[in-house]
Amino acid sequence: MKSVGHSIRKIDGMAIATGKPVYTEDLAMDNALVVKILRSPHAYAKIRSIDLSKAESLEGVECILTYQDVPNARFTLAGQSYPEPSPYDRLILDQIVRYVGDEVAIIAAVDEKTALLAMKKIKVEYEVMEPVLDFEQAIGHSSVVHPEEDSSCNFEIGLNKEKNIASSYHEEVGDVEEEFKRCAVVVEDVYYPQAQAHTMMETYRAFSYLDHTGRLIVVSSTQVPFHIRRQLARALQIPASKIRVIKPRIGGGFGGKQTGAGDVFAALVTLKTGKPALIIYDRKETFSCTTSRHAMRLRVKLGADQDGIIRAIDMQVLSDTGAYGEHAPTVLGCVGHYTLPLYNKTRAVRFDGYAVYTNKMPAGAFRGYGATQGTFALESIVNKLAERLKLDPTEIRLKNISKVGETFLTGQGVMLGSTSLDQCILRGKELIGWDEKFPRREVGPNKVRAVGMAITMQGSGIANIGTASAEIRLNDDGNFTLLTGATDMGTGCDTILSQMAAEILEIPMEIIIVNAGDTDTSPYDPGSYASSTTYVAGTAVVKAAEELKSKILAQSAAFLGVTRGDVELNGLAVRTLSGNQEISFAKLAELTILGTGKLQLVGYATHGSEVSPPPYVAGFAEVEVDRETGKVELIDYVAVIDCGTVINPNLARIQAEGGIAQGIGMALYEQVRYDELGKMATNTFMQYKIPTRKDVGKVRIEFEASYEPTGPFGAKSIGEVVANTPPPAISHAIYNAVGVRENHLPITPEKVFLGMQK
Amino acid sequence: MFTIIDLIQPDNLNEAYQILSDKRNNTILGGCAFLKMGKKRINTGIDLTNLKLNYIQESDDFIEIGAMTSLRELETHPLLKEYYKGVLPQSVRDIIGVQFRNGVTVGASVYSKYGFSDLITALLCLDTEVELFKAGRMPLADFLTMPKAKDILVRLWIKKTLRQATYLSFRSSASDYSVLNVAVSKLDNHWTIAVGARPSKAAIAISASAMLSQEVPTLEKIEEIAQKASEELSFGTNQRGSATYRKALCKTLVKRGIMEVLPCKSN
Amino acid sequence: MQIELTINEKAVKWEVAFDELLADTLRSHGFLSIKTACDTSCCGLCTVWIDGKSRLSCSILSLQAHGKKITTIEGLPKEAEEFAQILSAEGAEQCGFCSPGFIMSVLAMKNELVNPSEEEIIHYLTGNLCRCTGYMGQLRAIKTFLGVV
Repeated sequence: MKSVGHSIRKIDGMAIATGKPVYTEDLAMDNALVVKILRSPHAYAKIRSIDLSKAESLEGVECILTYQDVPNARFTLAGQSYPEPSPYDRLILDQIVRYVGDEVAIIAAVDEKTALLAMKKIKVEYEVMEPVLDFEQAIGHSSVVHPEEDSSCNFEIGLNKEKNIASSYHEEVGDVEEEFKRCAVVVEDVYYPQAQAHTMMETYRAFSYLDHTGRLIVVSSTQVPFHIRRQLARALQIPASKIRVIKPRIGGGFGGKQTGAGDVFAALVTLKTGKPALIIYDRKETFSCTTSRHAMRLRVKLGADQDGIIRAIDMQVLSDTGAYGEHAPTVLGCVGHYTLPLYNKTRAVRFDGYAVYTNKMPAGAFRGYGATQGTFALESIVNKLAERLKLDPTEIRLKNISKVGETFLTGQGVMLGSTSLDQCILRGKELIGWDEKFPRREVGPNKVRAVGMAITMQGSGIANIGTASAEIRLNDDGNFTLLTGATDMGTGCDTILSQMAAEILEIPMEIIIVNAGDTDTSPYDPGSYASSTTYVAGTAVVKAAEELKSKILAQSAAFLGVTRGDVELNGLAVRTLSGNQEISFAKLAELTILGTGKLQLVGYATHGSEVSPPPYVAGFAEVEVDRETGKVELIDYVAVIDCGTVINPNLARIQAEGGIAQGIGMALYEQVRYDELGKMATNTFMQYKIPTRKDVGKVRIEFEASYEPTGPFGAKSIGEVVANTPPPAISHAIYNAVGVRENHLPITPEKVFLGMQK
Repeated sequence: MFTIIDLIQPDNLNEAYQILSDKRNNTILGGCAFLKMGKKRINTGIDLTNLKLNYIQESDDFIEIGAMTSLRELETHPLLKEYYKGVLPQSVRDIIGVQFRNGVTVGASVYSKYGFSDLITALLCLDTEVELFKAGRMPLADFLTMPKAKDILVRLWIKKTLRQATYLSFRSSASDYSVLNVAVSKLDNHWTIAVGARPSKAAIAISASAMLSQEVPTLEKIEEIAQKASEELSFGTNQRGSATYRKALCKTLVKRGIMEVLPCKSN
Repeated sequence: MQIELTINEKAVKWEVAFDELLADTLRSHGFLSIKTACDTSCCGLCTVWIDGKSRLSCSILSLQAHGKKITTIEGLPKEAEEFAQILSAEGAEQCGFCSPGFIMSVLAMKNELVNPSEEEIIHYLTGNLCRCTGYMGQLRAIKTFLGVV
């Protein structure tokens, strides 16, 4: 293959690396109003009164909006395909504020200084209520986070507002209790993954204006332009056709930008004033007033027979969705969906889960989407089982993982189409030096080194829901335009989708123009999330390219006066098989568009998949623990990945290394703390420590390609699966080093130290 | 958000001090790295750039460090790498990053008396004097316990000796604030143990230092002295660590510090 | 108040407020490579050179830049492009938002350190955060750029 499988530089790489003005703020008009948000200082309160008089009289203040000025239509900020599973439980501004940071008023002024000064002059009287801060106390708490009558769901998600339950989910196959009785060994434990912050470098931002026809244009740093358009239409109560959302280059998302943040405030200001408006969340707002990973409590129980075959799994999950239910039901469900199929020798499995409302910042979508939390719990307990059975942790996985053609209990008969997980485990074992290093070695006075491991899976797109469309045109000059709604957020999908189109059309990538991420011009795509772009949008591009190729061949044959079977592609032309005659793409374009053909050649396809094939990772950690301080140094991290065919090795490798680093942060460094009144204390990079380049040790990636029959060129996804293994693998290594099982993330030196004192 | 109504770059210290004394919220500006994190309302900001206080120089008896010297200059200066076993460069090297240390000044770091300071702990185990424009020259330890008064830190004087020292900080992640930091030094048989980020500001473990100075310590004795240091100093709890943990870290870091300095020749 | 400075070899006179930060001044004059991401002086995105040394442009008052020589990535098109080519060939710019400040640090390092070891490279660049790449690809690119192993 000429394009697919090659490490081609991203088509926007040079521009973004050298600081060209291509991000949202760079594109905003200089005269845009600056939008700032007055936020609640209380975790739970009702607004009694707001006095705007002093603020509004300031020169330069354009408008100040409160709950009295917004449409009365509840919506969700979750960017999901319609009908969204997330509850419609928020208003643009509400009389009740549900967490410290919840929005109270929107201020628009000519500059930032004026807006901030106006914010200070707004006087708000609150009736402060008792907040629900501990998610383990939320169900049945005397305070109800959502007392309103008018919140709703598109379908049954197990919402029970009176009990602070945003969603509940139950799944059971076989009789788990009976099966446990038959098991030779049963292990269980409780795990607490934290509400990790995305911390993309470009904070949330959007700017809006009215175009020449009076339509609302929103330029947003988002992963989901089409969903933002629908969300704005509902929240603002205007037709979606009156809105255009444009996604420029964006500075990272990690799932955070699958949830709206700020767009609606800028848009409302533009609608009210008719003027351009720009909103930029600062770092503190990004930390404490948007979304995070769902913090969870996971009780997991595992039963196995004497040979180490896992026969029963029971998972009870409590998920903290915070003040609003963005992604609450789906993240909850994915905890089980992306863990239970790993081991398919089970005879019974049960999943019981609740997502609960609390008066804290909402949780939302975050790379891994429940799989990360579930993997931490399940893989930790599998490591515990291996120890109990005196089996090597790699062996117990090899005995239990699913093979091609097999099904799993909760999988409704879907067969596994591809896996090289067994090879991933074997190769990772070799790379880390497992046999020599497991479980530990003393390396000096008070220093011990140990290894640990975990495996994981994710999906590729959302089966039967996620669909993507793509269009490829042969332009009048013989070049091509690829139109896609896929949303490159730095991950490189504009590039890899072009690679696929180039491969099918047998053309160089340079003659493909990519037009993406604009709801006015792009074919529909849900956006970049659920590990779907390569797999779902990629297949749409392949189909569209094949359709165009077929039309090019047919039309060329007609012009050359031969049959369709007598021609083939030849560089930038079509020639007869005998080689006597040829027509260039440029000539073909001229004849079809400008001349007698009168039919521009276009390939178009919409694709959705009935399955969501899992990519896999086997992750191995080597740590050195200081017995006197509890300090954990990550020496080496090996991840061996099955993402099917690797479309662009370098881009896949960077995605993997970045995902592992994010997982390392979750395992060791990224601590989330609230004070006793419900205010987040870790809302800066000074307090919330993401890994620096000194903290990640050495990360090594290898690929063990499989071939996924339903994927484009055999590809599966990679974006999310790479984030999941570090917490369980590192935790396992620490346990092997010093015997401390720390189930609350992150595993800080103090926790390890105190654990050793026990 | 901070505000500054006026900014002046005076040509001499006298003028700078006059402006500083003029109004309550007139303030000396250091590297300004922390300025925008606060909500200070500064009337006149005084920038000392023109006072030529950016230098590290050596005289017969002292190493002089001007207040406007950056932490990065401290980290890379050959003189400071050579003296005191390079304890000063060692103490500042893990503070955020190069571009941060290029901006942060020695004067602001010391004058602010931050509890988390890495530099103060290291300076405290050396024979360091602070020169203030108004209050004059005094040992660093005295300056640290002196109540805050409006003044200008002009320079540091560090006695040139063969003192050998080491600095150890414990950080939960590489560029975080210290959970605890320790500096240990030895001149002849006179030892000094300083402990900072307790989380309150650095202090000398006087008894432990004295015990250490009495005899050539055995391994057992070192353990005992380290234990003593962790007992004579007080520790508190903040978001970076509990008092219990800090106390334990103190013992370990002091022990390790002593072990590092022990083989060094300092006479 | 008016300040005079040299920006990318060009002398300019700019009107700035007393409490204006250099990063904001630079952006308002069209130097849009300047990104900021933390508000707490610790992400490194806004790195520029002041008199040849890397500094956080978000943490210096514009007035303090008076009389100084400022360099942004726009002023180093050749060197920046050379390294960006290597960086993007690795795929290690990913979202690109931290790249301009990172590249300014890398180029400053190249000027300051002779034949640095891997440890020295990592130490020099610790103040540049990146959330996308996990740093490994950046290190590969730097090693290629400097011709070190």
